[in-house]
Parts: sequence; C-alpha cells; structure tokens
Amino acid sequence: MSESISAIAAFMTRSFDGAEIAPDQDIFEAGYGNSMFSMQLVAFVESHFGIEVDADDLDIDNFRSINRVASLVARKQSLVSA
Amino acid sequence: MTVFASLTDQAPNHWRILAQEMVAPFARQIDREARVPPQVVTALRQAGAFASGFNRRLALPVTRSQGTGGDVATDQVPDQVAAALDHGALHQALGAASASVQGVLNVHHMGGSALAKWGSKAQKAQWLPRLTSGDMRCAIAMTEPQVGSDISAVQTRARPVAKGYALTGRKAWITCGDFADLFVLIASLPQGPTAFLLPRDAPGLTIAPIDDMLGCRGYMMADLILDEVFLLDDHLLGRPGFGASHVAVTGLESGRINLAWGCVGLAQAACQCAMRRAKTRQQFGGAIADFQLVQQMLARMTTDIHAAGLMCRSASVARALRQMDAAKQATMAKYFASQMVGRVTRDAQQIFGAEGIGPNTPMAMYHRDSRIMEVIEGTTQVLESMIARLALAEVPA
Ligand SMILES: Cc1cc2nc3c(=O)[nH]c(=O)nc-3n(C[C@H](O)[C@H](O)[C@H](O)COP(=O)(O)OP(=O)(O)OC[C@H]3O[C@@H](n4cnc5c(N)ncnc54)[C@H](O)[C@@H]3O)c2cc1C
Repeated sequence: MSESISAIAAFMTRSFDGAEIAPDQDIFEAGYGNSMFSMQLVAFVESHFGIEVDADDLDIDNFRSINRVASLVARKQSLVSA
Repeated sequence: MTVFASLTDQAPNHWRILAQEMVAPFARQIDREARVPPQVVTALRQAGAFASGFNRRLALPVTRSQGTGGDVATDQVPDQVAAALDHGALHQALGAASASVQGVLNVHHMGGSALAKWGSKAQKAQWLPRLTSGDMRCAIAMTEPQVGSDISAVQTRARPVAKGYALTGRKAWITCGDFADLFVLIASLPQGPTAFLLPRDAPGLTIAPIDDMLGCRGYMMADLILDEVFLLDDHLLGRPGFGASHVAVTGLESGRINLAWGCVGLAQAACQCAMRRAKTRQQFGGAIADFQLVQQMLARMTTDIHAAGLMCRSASVARALRQMDAAKQATMAKYFASQMVGRVTRDAQQIFGAEGIGPNTPMAMYHRDSRIMEVIEGTTQVLESMIARLALAEVPA
C-alpha cells in the first residue's frame, strides 16, 4: 500500500505543478482536479497498477485523495489476484 | 513482424484490399448522394470491420514506463500492438477509399468503445455482440446548438422518473444521426453530464437530417430532437456525473486516433493521384514533375504524410501498451494529421490545375473532405490547449 501511495502522490504532484498533496487531502475541494485530470488519473492507475477501472468504480469518493485512490487500487488488485 | 518493419510496409493488407475493391468504387456516388449504399455496409460487415478495435482489451501486460513512444523496437510485437496497428490500417485504408465511410466506422467505434469501457456486464452483453457484428450501428451524440467544444455544459436534460429517465433537448451535427441504431448520448442530470444509451426507435426521438454539408457528405448527419424520451434505468451508461469527463472522453480518445489514421489514408490517396498526374502531365515540353516548384510540393506532401503516419503508429502502440502518454499521443496525432491532410489535399489539387477543380477527378472531394478534420473530435485550437497542458504537466515546475 505504501508503495502505491507514493506512486500516486508522485503522479498528483506532477499533475498539479509540483504541489505537495497530503495523503488525506481532498484534491477536488482544494481545486486541483480539472476535467482532463479525471481521465488522466484513470489512465495512470490502469497503466501503473495493471488494473481495469470500470463503471462500478465511478464514484467521486474513490478519487478524492491519495489514500482513497490507493484503497481503490488495493481493492481492485485483490480482485485480480483472488 | 517488428513495429518498425511495418512502418514502411507498403504491401496491400486485407483492409486495403477491401477498401479499394468494395468502398473506393462508390466514393464519388457517396459524395453525390450523401449516403453510404447498403452494399458497402454489407461488405464491411462481412469483413468484420465493425468489430475492429473492440477486441482483447483485457489481460494486457502492463508497461510502467512513462512512455515516449520510443520503446517499440521489439522483435516480438505483442498481440495487442498488432491489433491496434491493424485497426489503424483499417481507418487508413477507409480514409484513402472514402473519408465518409471512415467516419461511419469511426463514430461506431467511438460510441462502442465508450460502451465497452463503461458499460455494465448486462449492457455489454446486450449491445456489444450486435455492435461488433455490425447488426447495429453506433454513434455518439454530444454536441448541441449552444454547446460545442465545451461538452460539460450540455443542456439536454434527463429528468429522473419512475423506473428511468425522461430526456428532452436537441443534439446537433451528429455523424450517422440518420443511420445509427444506437446513440451514446450525453445529457445533464443534477449530478452533472451523464451518458445514456438511446436506441433510434425510442418514442419521442425525431431525427432531422442535415443536407448539403461541405465535405464528408456520406456522414449522414442529423440533429436529434428529444421530447420526453423515456429510457429505462439500465440505459444509463457509467454513473451520473461521469458522462463528459469519462464516457465521452473515452469515445473521443478512440475517435482521435481513428481519425488521424483516416487523415493519413486520405492524404495518401490525394498524393498518389498528384504523383501520377505530375509524371504524365506535359507542359513546356516536359513532365510537370520535372519542375522544382512542383517537386517542392511533392516533397512537402510526402514528408508530411510520413510524419503523420509515424505519429499514428506511435500513438497506436502507446494505446495498445497503455502507456501513460497514450492520450497525449493520440491528441497530437489527430492535431497534426488533420492539418497535414489539409495541406496535402490543397497541394495535390494545385498540381492538377483546372482538373483539380473540375468534376473529372476526386481532388475537389478530397479537399472538401479534408476541411472537416480540424473541426471534429476536438477543434485544432481546443487540442492545442490540451496538448500544451498535458506537456506542461510532464515538466517539473
Ligand atoms: C462533419 C461534422 C461531424 C460531426 N459529428 C459529430 C458527432 O458525431 N457527434 C457530436 O457530438 N458532434 C459532432 N460534430 C460537432 C463537432 O464535434 C463540433 O463542431 C466541435 O466540437 C466544435 O464545436 P462547435 O462547432 O460548436 O464550435 P465552437 O466550440 O463554437 O468553436 C468555434 C471556434 O472557437 C474555437 N474555440 C472554442 N473553444 C475554444 C477554446 N477553449 N480555446 C480556443 N479556441 C476555442 C474553436 O476552435 C472554433 O474555431 C460534428 C461536426 C461536423 C462539422
């Protein structure tokens, strides 16, 4: 989990012009997520973690913070390996 | 086959043969009558063209590279790369044969790939087999009279009612509006823009065909007028609020790369006509191909087409390997190829002189068709700002 947290954090920092994002910070509330970012985030987790984001995952809460994204990834990975 | 070997491969592949034999002979008729005749659709169905691009998305080995498109020199081209290049070859071949027909397959794949990505298991089981067989044709309806580049602002309204939704509004400039059986349509719910699956026969839907388009006249364009169209709950695609940001974007990403390949094909067709003309047309006692200013046009066209082709291949490989920059590459390929085809068809027309303007050659049609490409799937200006933002995000502040 901690490895995915740092990968997601690095991706967000890169996407948000070097801003340091705290693991529990709500990125939408902080005004970071723009329209293009949403699909970039999907592309990132799919490409980096080898998972498939689908309609069931389309809940804004899954993408709200680094920790939430990491939980989504962990959940999807456990499904893949199960 | 290596990816690089295929870069220069001129051998006719199965799509090129199909397109030249079964589509190209009808291109002028399609342009004149503004319809794709049934025998062309049947030939495409029988060849499996409606299934292209849908296959084997899952179980891909994952690349962790940030991806620059440079890592394609592998001797073992994975299956998904071969499939992506084959899909590109289809759109290239159709672009060369008839840009209108390329557009029909393009919007089918745009709507279909959005459904394949974001549909529930039941939705995929219900619709995908009929789409991939070509029994049903798909299209995508985002634009409205007041809503163009900013699709997040759609005004077509979906009102929650018992067991489903009632949709009211107007979609404008829909390719295959007068042909498709199923529309992936973006409407607004209180949660935000939301995608719906709208069958053509839904009560309350009126199709208003648009005549007299400048180019790609076989797109069979129409406006869709929705008056309290009732759709059951299971016609909502994805989740409320994710229609523009995720569902439409998935379709647009497919469309950009398809269209870029289509532009390469169209440009190649125009360039080849111009080359033959330059060799055979005699003026001032020699072939016009011997004039350096004509050679300049030919050199520009050839180089432009090659560059766009390389961008398409790189973008297709990036998409197949799910590289992080796949969306940026597809956007750049469409951005470049759509302008390239305008330059090439204009020069090709110029090389033909009066014959390029008159009714005896396809050059005027090529030029008119090329004018569409910078408007659809994101205008040149909108793509410029996307590419810049994506590129900026790759560089640390
Ligand atoms: C042949 C054809 C087929 C089409 N098929 C479909 C289809 O199948 N489905 C569908 O939903 N739509 C379709 N469309 C509509 C198409 O997607 C839109 O035309 C396109 O998105 C642009 O919108 P618009 O025409 O309203 O132009 P506008 O958005 O009004 O733009 C007008 C001008 O302003 C510029 N502009 C707009 N915003 C910006 C910005 N942020 N920065 C800089 N410049 C900007 C544009 O580049 C353009 O030059 C089709 C259009 C055509 C012509």
